[in-house]
Amino acid sequence: MNAARAIALTVNGVAYEVAIAVDRTLVSVLRRELGLTGTKEGCDDCECGACMVLVDGRPVNSCSYLAVQADGREVMTVEGLGGEDDLAPLQRGILEAGGVQCGFCTPGMLISATALLAANPHPSEEEIRIGLSGNLCRCTGYQKIIRAVQRVAEPE
Amino acid sequence: MTTFTSAHTVEEALRAMHDGARPIAGGSDLVVGARQGKAPLPDLMVGIDRLRELADIAEGADGSLRIGALVRHATIEADPVVTARFCALADGSALVGSPSTRNVGTLGGNVMNGSPAMDTGAPLVVLGAEVELRSTADARRIPVEALWVGPGKTAADAGELCVALHLPPPEAGSGSAYVRLEYRRAMEIAVVGAAAQVVLAGDGTVASCRIALAAVAPTIIRAEAAERAIAGSLPAPQALAAVAEAAGAAARPIDDLRGSADYRRHTVGVVARRAVEAAARRARGETVPVPANRARGIGLPYGGAA
Repeated sequence: MNAARAIALTVNGVAYEVAIAVDRTLVSVLRRELGLTGTKEGCDDCECGACMVLVDGRPVNSCSYLAVQADGREVMTVEGLGGEDDLAPLQRGILEAGGVQCGFCTPGMLISATALLAANPHPSEEEIRIGLSGNLCRCTGYQKIIRAVQRVAEPE
Repeated sequence: MTTFTSAHTVEEALRAMHDGARPIAGGSDLVVGARQGKAPLPDLMVGIDRLRELADIAEGADGSLRIGALVRHATIEADPVVTARFCALADGSALVGSPSTRNVGTLGGNVMNGSPAMDTGAPLVVLGAEVELRSTADARRIPVEALWVGPGKTAADAGELCVALHLPPPEAGSGSAYVRLEYRRAMEIAVVGAAAQVVLAGDGTVASCRIALAAVAPTIIRAEAAERAIAGSLPAPQALAAVAEAAGAAARPIDDLRGSADYRRHTVGVVARRAVEAAARRARGETVPVPANRARGIGLPYGGAA
């Protein structure tokens, strides 16, 4: 039994108020209360990065972050990047480069890459690898994901 | 019944802790630990992540450094003062988890979690850091070595909040480094780790040296015999080999999934030698990029042979 608490947060520019138990993680609230299932729950152990979202612009493993800590903050999920009709350059890039196979890691990869390019618009390959180092992919072997980010990054 | 309040001032946080609440900064250790069954989430939690007064790095007029408990690893690894003069700490923070872990995880959280494998612990020991603890009744500063009393156990009382780490100004002619053994480059903790601070004399010999070891005992430990093994000598192969042997002898490791005790006793000597090498290079003014254990030349042949 856990006390419910009302929190207000902005997700992809939309203001939400939800009453949740204080031990709920951000990923569970995004998926189950707000219906934003683009963010994946993978290892649920802060290892795989499938649950990556931006909180106030910074990448966060939402499986290991209490939703109450997001009270008053701005969250961005993969849904905030772009939809089917208006894909963001990173989304289009990862498709065109063949960086998607099963797709489970893709939302987290896109969020980490978004944070990386916001902080460093001209990353080297090494910097891209470090920027994505908290995201596991078991299909692609990473090369095409790296290439997609390289292609989208503004040329120096 | 788990309850959560968010503190807006340090005093609010201290009052909540006085009434039994546990502080939560980034929350990674607590939330993951609860799910893994190590310890349930505390019944009373006070969020301290909005206390801006604990989120700054301030340099003193004497060259000392005060790092607020809520300063994140991502800030430390990129801070111009830390990366220039307190390199071992930058090395440690740069190795924590992944970019997201480093954006959420705080220095105070790492220190108070008290893991013997923490990457900032050995650096703080060789840099002579003190931890500042506050409660509603009291404030005190103690050396970090006196803080850790066992795996996950600290000498802080339940009502004491870590508010800052204090680092004295490094001596002229000094350099520091932290090197760990890791199986992969992200989301990893140290198999073993070692930090060194080396002060070089004008003739290039080691005037003094501090060495601390991670993941080889119930807490971070000093390796004083290893420090003595190189004092007065050039950081050259023979003395570095003596450092490695003495560091291995100081270790009291366990067998676990990351390595056997024997493997740890051997490899902690290797990383101690590499930490001294990197620290000495930095003391000479050479650039060894952060983190040191991924820099070219560290751990590669000293004087020729591997």
